[in-house]
Amino acid sequence: MNGVTRTALWLGLGFLYAPILVLVAYSFNASALVTVWGGFSARWYTALFSDAPLIAAAWVSLRVAVLASLIATILGTLAALAMERHGRFRGRTLFTGLVYGPMVMPEVMIGLSLLLTFIGIGLDRGVATIVISHATFCTGFVAVVVSARLRGLDRSLEEAAADLGAGPLRVLGTVTLPLLAPAIVAGALLAFTLSLDDLVIASFVSGPGATTLPMRLYSQVRLGVNPEINAASTLLVGLVSVAVLAASILTAKRGG
Amino acid sequence: MAAPKPDRIVARLLRLPPFLWLGAFFLLPFLVTLKISLSEPATAIPPYLPILDWQGGLDGWSSFLEALNFTNYLTLARDDLYQAAVIGSLSYAGTATLVLALIGTPIAYALARAPERCQPLLVALVVVPFWTSFLIRIYAWIAILKQEGLLNLALLKLGVISQPLEILNTDAAVMIGLVYAYLPFMVLPLYAVMNRLDPSLREAAADLGASPTRVFWTVTLPLSLPGIAAGAGLCFIPMVGEFVIPDLLGGSETLMLGRVLWSEFFSNRDWPLAAAVAVVLLVIVIGPVMLFRDSLRAGGEGA
Repeated sequence: MNGVTRTALWLGLGFLYAPILVLVAYSFNASALVTVWGGFSARWYTALFSDAPLIAAAWVSLRVAVLASLIATILGTLAALAMERHGRFRGRTLFTGLVYGPMVMPEVMIGLSLLLTFIGIGLDRGVATIVISHATFCTGFVAVVVSARLRGLDRSLEEAAADLGAGPLRVLGTVTLPLLAPAIVAGALLAFTLSLDDLVIASFVSGPGATTLPMRLYSQVRLGVNPEINAASTLLVGLVSVAVLAASILTAKRGG
Repeated sequence: MAAPKPDRIVARLLRLPPFLWLGAFFLLPFLVTLKISLSEPATAIPPYLPILDWQGGLDGWSSFLEALNFTNYLTLARDDLYQAAVIGSLSYAGTATLVLALIGTPIAYALARAPERCQPLLVALVVVPFWTSFLIRIYAWIAILKQEGLLNLALLKLGVISQPLEILNTDAAVMIGLVYAYLPFMVLPLYAVMNRLDPSLREAAADLGASPTRVFWTVTLPLSLPGIAAGAGLCFIPMVGEFVIPDLLGGSETLMLGRVLWSEFFSNRDWPLAAAVAVVLLVIVIGPVMLFRDSLRAGGEGA
């Protein structure tokens, strides 16, 4: 069994990484043709940095991701505290449904329904509507990460603080939140990446002048394989790998 | 009645912001979509009728209710295209879930049985692609699967085939894309369950003379079924509404609900019909969502 399972693991990892490695390799291909290796070259990276619409789209994405992950982190942390520390209240089923629902609903549905709502209330479509939409679907992910940590926390620390006379807000600020910090950071990172990656919801709710990076990439990708996209993808993959590595080291040091 | 305890006030303050936000931007949009799915398309802004006249009082409501109609749902029910899209979504998602369970189980098992100190690294290797852009990972397959792509090139060189295979823009490409994109969602919850299994159960079975293969089939696998269920829920539900994969890897005849909704909205600009498709999608996924509610949450924690 051991040989079989080991083979399964390596085949599985190979399957997961082969396409990404192909992409990275061909981003350094001097030839514009996918199947022809024309020698090593960084020309697509140079082209990338003079592609003004792409850079503009990257900035829009970055702004959206920072704001959306900030809102989602606050809302998700509050939701996790409400569910784990003050779990008995009327409307609890509705509340948990609202928090976790956006995680599993198909993206096309979330995108369409938010757009129809924005139009209904007369909100101009643009960066703001993308931020609102991303914050909405990321909140649940933050809540999941923070709740998991809350369940693992030793409650006696909070109880001790309360017994020593600290009010509920003081317990929250001086005991609970500092202990939750690694999970909150991890949740924020998750929300940030999810926002940065979203194509479908942003396509529905964005307006003229608010093109995110995935929207720009998608419009290029539809035209076929393009070495410049390979270069952009390689940069993104590199960035994400570094971030994930940093996050895992961060949480490992604090004892996860 | 005594004044509410400070604890109660804090609890209320904690849940109020998420409650208001998600009520406004998750619950309300559903109701709006449901309402618009019962409207007629119109060449106006917004492009649908009727529009509720909030100031109209009771009269406004009753004329609004009278004007609602089920035309969009009748269109969906009568048109072969939409039936094919429902069947297509269910069969693609169902088949891909089955394939994922088949290939995810040995991978998760191998992860759980790997040496203790290697496990965090191996798990991280499975997680990193999950964090990497979905769009880019699907795009990467185009270069591999297309007619003059790497797969055909390799197979031709090896002499396995004499003519390049047509894979891109077929059902096979959609299946490859679905399985590829959702593999971590199957492996991680499954690994989480397998990793927690008590090793003494395996040892007991082995001591009683069961071969490793038998131990796997009679002890490990049955105890891992909750993990497979969580993984299946995490994969099946989003795959039903998938848009990017059928759009980039599928052909023009690849019919899935997410893609139909997208084209009704962006190409045909028929908003009420798109809203009706969204409601159909919701009806399809709500059952599995309720069924897998607990395991989805548990699975989300593994990821």
